[in-house]
Amino acid sequence: MSSLSTLTPLTVKEPSPLRSRMRGGARYAPTLATLGLFIAMFAVGAGMYPSFLSGQVFLNLFIDNTFLIVLAVGMTFVILTGGIDLSVGAVVALSMMVSATLLQQGWNPAAVIFLVLVIGAGLGLLMGLIIQYFDIQPFIVTLAGMFLARGLCYVISLDSIPVTDGFFTSVAQAQIPLPGDLFVSPGVLLALGIVAAAFFILHHTRFGRTVYAIGGNEHSAMLMGLPVTRTKILVYALSGLCSAVAGVLFSFYSLSGYSLAAQGMELDAIAAVVIGGTLLTGGTGYVLGSVVGVLVLGIVQTFIAYDGTLSSWWTKIVIGGLLLVFILLQRLFARKTA
Amino acid sequence: MTNRLAWPVIALAALVLLNQVFRPDFLSLRMQDGHLYGSIIDIMRNGAPTILIALGMTLVIATRGIDLSVGAVVAIAGAASCAYIAASPEPASPVTAGMAVLIAVLAGLLLGVWNGFLVSTVGVQPIIATLVLMTAGRGIAQLITGGQIVSVSNDHYKSIGAGYLFTLPISILITAAVFVLAAVLTRRTALGTLIEAVGINPVASRLAGLRSRNIIWIVYVFSAVCAALAGLMISSNVTAADANNAGLYIEMDAILAVVIGGTSLAGGRYTLAGTVVGAFIIQTLTTTVYTLGIPPEVTLVFKALVVITVCLLQAPKARNLLRSLKAAPQPGTKEKVAI
Repeated sequence: MSSLSTLTPLTVKEPSPLRSRMRGGARYAPTLATLGLFIAMFAVGAGMYPSFLSGQVFLNLFIDNTFLIVLAVGMTFVILTGGIDLSVGAVVALSMMVSATLLQQGWNPAAVIFLVLVIGAGLGLLMGLIIQYFDIQPFIVTLAGMFLARGLCYVISLDSIPVTDGFFTSVAQAQIPLPGDLFVSPGVLLALGIVAAAFFILHHTRFGRTVYAIGGNEHSAMLMGLPVTRTKILVYALSGLCSAVAGVLFSFYSLSGYSLAAQGMELDAIAAVVIGGTLLTGGTGYVLGSVVGVLVLGIVQTFIAYDGTLSSWWTKIVIGGLLLVFILLQRLFARKTA
Repeated sequence: MTNRLAWPVIALAALVLLNQVFRPDFLSLRMQDGHLYGSIIDIMRNGAPTILIALGMTLVIATRGIDLSVGAVVAIAGAASCAYIAASPEPASPVTAGMAVLIAVLAGLLLGVWNGFLVSTVGVQPIIATLVLMTAGRGIAQLITGGQIVSVSNDHYKSIGAGYLFTLPISILITAAVFVLAAVLTRRTALGTLIEAVGINPVASRLAGLRSRNIIWIVYVFSAVCAALAGLMISSNVTAADANNAGLYIEMDAILAVVIGGTSLAGGRYTLAGTVVGAFIIQTLTTTVYTLGIPPEVTLVFKALVVITVCLLQAPKARNLLRSLKAAPQPGTKEKVAI
């Protein structure tokens, strides 16, 4: 039967308007499901604890997760091309160590931040080059990158280094007031700015379209004449840069550098991206979805903190469970749209 | 000897030689209290859990899969068995130790069935399917131990990871037994060929009438059971279950061992012997760092560099480059050697 259908051309291929609308809806469905889940969780929280329903609780989700939002943005780009970056957590720790050490030696904060960003982007670029030119799986290369970055942390110092620099402490303590007695940290504005930039790059530039095209079908993208090689390398450089920014944000947040910091953060970033509706096979997903994914992870932690009786390990179990639910949802949608 | 085993063996030999040069007693073995002692034995004993997990990982990778959850399974198995011993009325009896082992293996079996179900029946990508257990698993292990480090005192249990039999550490013997079992099962029966078939082309092998679903299920169960055995070794070696740190990053070491050993992450042909060599390389590397007097903090940097070097040497593109450089002066000679 299927061989016959290839002989009957075109007439059935034109999808009805209704069908294409459904298909468009299904594309957003995983992300919308995440958003729905977030709203539902917030509503349940508000029902259980009266103090939960406040603007500041919502804003704290951003304040406490600025670095994770930035990481998830970088990870979204990588995963959209069908790759993965396991080095992000280690690069965050390395960025923190480098900035803490250099600040201790009296470097200018601006120079420190610039250097950290260069190191992060450079590491990412290096990994991208190896992945692309030697055709080695991203998984293995970024794993080696993770070992390298984490190892360099240990080389710098095994102890926690406090950050006492005036600029860093003032940023850490700064609060930007919002109407209604609310406030956010400067880091939140930076993170949201990065999200906006990523959204623009992904949806309104050639680079972004190439990212989606590579994830959809790398071979076709190459045959279409898109700059596949350059884009794939740049995606890892971008992820490295995002990790470095996240490291700086984490330094603002924790005011220290510690070589064991941000352990397992790559898993949180990947989980946020998946929960946000990005397919790990690449080609489908939204950077805004990843942000909602981070917020869902954040609200799980807030819940457990509010409850007080639940132990911290429930966070991991709940995140694992959420991952499972969203993977199954994705399978369901993938089957419907296929 | 096949070409694919040559590089790993050369790398291992070079590492051993390096150690021998810097510490002349590196290769020597001595008897003490009826046990064999020496750096080689230490390497084998410390590497046993990694080898065990890498064996399971090899078969999973051969089917184009990956199992990220092994570290979590290590933690759960150790937590379950130690919690059982600690709660039992006779914490020192051999029966309790036997039951603890049984519980750990059953836990591994169950978790393997779960992973296999997600990958083979539901059809989730392996890296994501096992990511679920990797994330949730440590939470489950902490749930079992109540967030504490559960320490036990049972000599029979302790002997799994720290005991000796026939002058050799028991952990080495267990690992060797699993290796022989896996080698016989996959190379003396059709199972090995079927696993490779699934890895090379899942669709074609299914169309050829192969029950690829069951094959995939088997490899994930095997991997998880190996991880559970490794969890027993690790927890019995320190007579305690640490839900947070037991088996941390061991999945990374296992995957590296498989890749260094010459099995491609793209699935298909695999080599169990290569994996064992790969695991030895990783363990010897750790020892080398101490031998050379490099500060232990640098181990990870060193490891990263070796991994990248080995991967580059194995990458087809780099090999072609090398070959063309070699072949350029005398075209044609390389082919003769290769045959």
